[in-house]
Amino acid sequence: MIMREDAAELCRQREKRVNDAIALRVPDRVPIEVLFGFFPAKYSGMTIEEVMYDPDKLFDAQLKVLLEFQPDMDQSPFAIRFLGPLLEALDFKQLKWPGHGMTADHTYQFVEAEYMTADEYDHFLLDPSDFMVRKYWPRVCGNLKGLEKLAPLHGVITYYFGFNLGIAPFSLPEVAEALAAMQKAGAEAARIAAHNRRYTQKAKEEGFPMQTGAFSQAPFDTLGDFFRGTKGLMLDMYRRPDKVIKACEKLLPIMFETAINATRMSGNPRVFIPIHKGLDGFMSKEQFKRFFWPTLQELMQGLIKEGCNPCPLWEGDCTSRLEIIKDIPAGKACYAFEATDMLKAKEILGDTVCIRGNVPLSILIAGSPQDVKAYCKKLIDTAGRGGGFIMDSATGLDDAKPENVKAMFEFTREYGVY
Amino acid sequence: MSDECGTTKDVRRHAMNDKLVYLMADLKEKETIALVKELIEEGADPTEILNSARAAMELVGKRFEKEEYFIPDLVLAGEIMRGISEIVKPLLKKEEADIKKGKVLIGTVAGDIHDIGKDIVTFMLDVSGYEVLDLGIDVPVSSFVEKTREFQPRVVGLSGFLTLAFDSMKKTVEALEKAGLRDKVKIMIGGGQIDDEVRKYVRADAFGKDAVAAVNLCRQWIGG
Repeated sequence: MIMREDAAELCRQREKRVNDAIALRVPDRVPIEVLFGFFPAKYSGMTIEEVMYDPDKLFDAQLKVLLEFQPDMDQSPFAIRFLGPLLEALDFKQLKWPGHGMTADHTYQFVEAEYMTADEYDHFLLDPSDFMVRKYWPRVCGNLKGLEKLAPLHGVITYYFGFNLGIAPFSLPEVAEALAAMQKAGAEAARIAAHNRRYTQKAKEEGFPMQTGAFSQAPFDTLGDFFRGTKGLMLDMYRRPDKVIKACEKLLPIMFETAINATRMSGNPRVFIPIHKGLDGFMSKEQFKRFFWPTLQELMQGLIKEGCNPCPLWEGDCTSRLEIIKDIPAGKACYAFEATDMLKAKEILGDTVCIRGNVPLSILIAGSPQDVKAYCKKLIDTAGRGGGFIMDSATGLDDAKPENVKAMFEFTREYGVY
Repeated sequence: MSDECGTTKDVRRHAMNDKLVYLMADLKEKETIALVKELIEEGADPTEILNSARAAMELVGKRFEKEEYFIPDLVLAGEIMRGISEIVKPLLKKEEADIKKGKVLIGTVAGDIHDIGKDIVTFMLDVSGYEVLDLGIDVPVSSFVEKTREFQPRVVGLSGFLTLAFDSMKKTVEALEKAGLRDKVKIMIGGGQIDDEVRKYVRADAFGKDAVAAVNLCRQWIGG
């Protein structure tokens, strides 16, 4: 345990190091941050199931890697790891997790499906909340199935207008069951939030700020990931392109509001935005410019205007998108890349956004510490030149070898000094 | 007179089949399906229609290789193919529908439930004339061994999106070795994080970065 004033100073230094990189200034050394994923569980000899259900184990496992590896910033694992009890309370269908379709030592995984059918676009566009409560929630949460008995929520207007038909369904036993499940899930969600605050506070007391304080998504990704499915949305681009664009525009203010509310609560301006479906190969450049980029660009510009730093993680290879995604205000965003050509990224984006990445998991899992160091050296020498770079693994560390992770951290701290 | 008429008809049908190839290769879904229905109504040979559709798929694959087409285009082409098959297949004689070039066993390895990439590979192999047995997702090591023994494929394709798949792939290859089946098959791997580093770790014969690469590997190993 370190002294309170030292911790505050450490936090300040680390914030400055990362903020310098984001603002395209030269920090004292290359900052290093990672998404630990389920690596802490494995590192502490715990199963995935244990950390998904036992908040104290998760807390200890995460704190252990934080103190041992000393990244410049951490990420509280609670909202995306301690999920077991909440998912059970809802009988959640969009994930398989240990005890629910996965073995104890396997990470949870998303179940792809068309949770919104192609002919439901109009309902979604008319009123996304009504669609979600009565159609989408009952599909993705087994215990909320009763909500499909409700009448349109926006029709409940006043005593002679919508009250009797609109409110009567609340007397149905299926609806009552769903509401009871919701209340139970609410208590579990509140527990997650409490642990989240406790962990964030502890990390701060140890001198570590949080990487991001909010989450958002590109509207196209939200539409594809959770509503239409990857295949469904790919086909929609040909079969009903106007609806896709309208749905993205409908989602934009929702994606913006979610992020802004969270940054205000956390006091942390950095917004994490994982990018799933805009990568090279997943659509043509023309489709990217037409369907994907406009609403993401507007989301990021809006966030920047509010004093936030959008931090997208461009999954896969996005090398062919670099010229397009350069079009945002300089020194405000941080683009993390998984398999994008980092040299080209530096060349094209160097004067506009900080870049972050991208030690491949193939090396971190199957390679040696020497391989890791050689890759990091190349990154620091090229992408790191003149600042504007943060070292990171290409994606979540989950299955990385501890000695390789150690090599990545030690080498960066040593060789990354400017 | 009747000969002349027949020739005109043949030329016309030939032209229609050509049109089918280009409409489908250009991914004009509605027009392609409408044309197939029209051809069937006129009494065209269903095998010929299917051949045209396969020729179109070959063009689609070439455009994909040249990076003029991308995954959504393959998915749409797959949907068009499915639409055509639904119309045409019931009209085919059994033996005509079943001429295949060689057997490929495919599946997403244990612990991983991702299927989009694998499904595209399965489809592309299928339309390229291979007999594909798709074991689905989260396939246990033992199932790969068992099915390799039963189905006797020339190629085994292991798919995986997550990093946990590296070890599952490795175990699957080891199990095939232990069962004495490793020499009888070529093993290809693919998925989000897969590169040559992973191929060496897994001890597969090759990795492919997309569905067309998988087809090309099978061509190289099996022919066709």
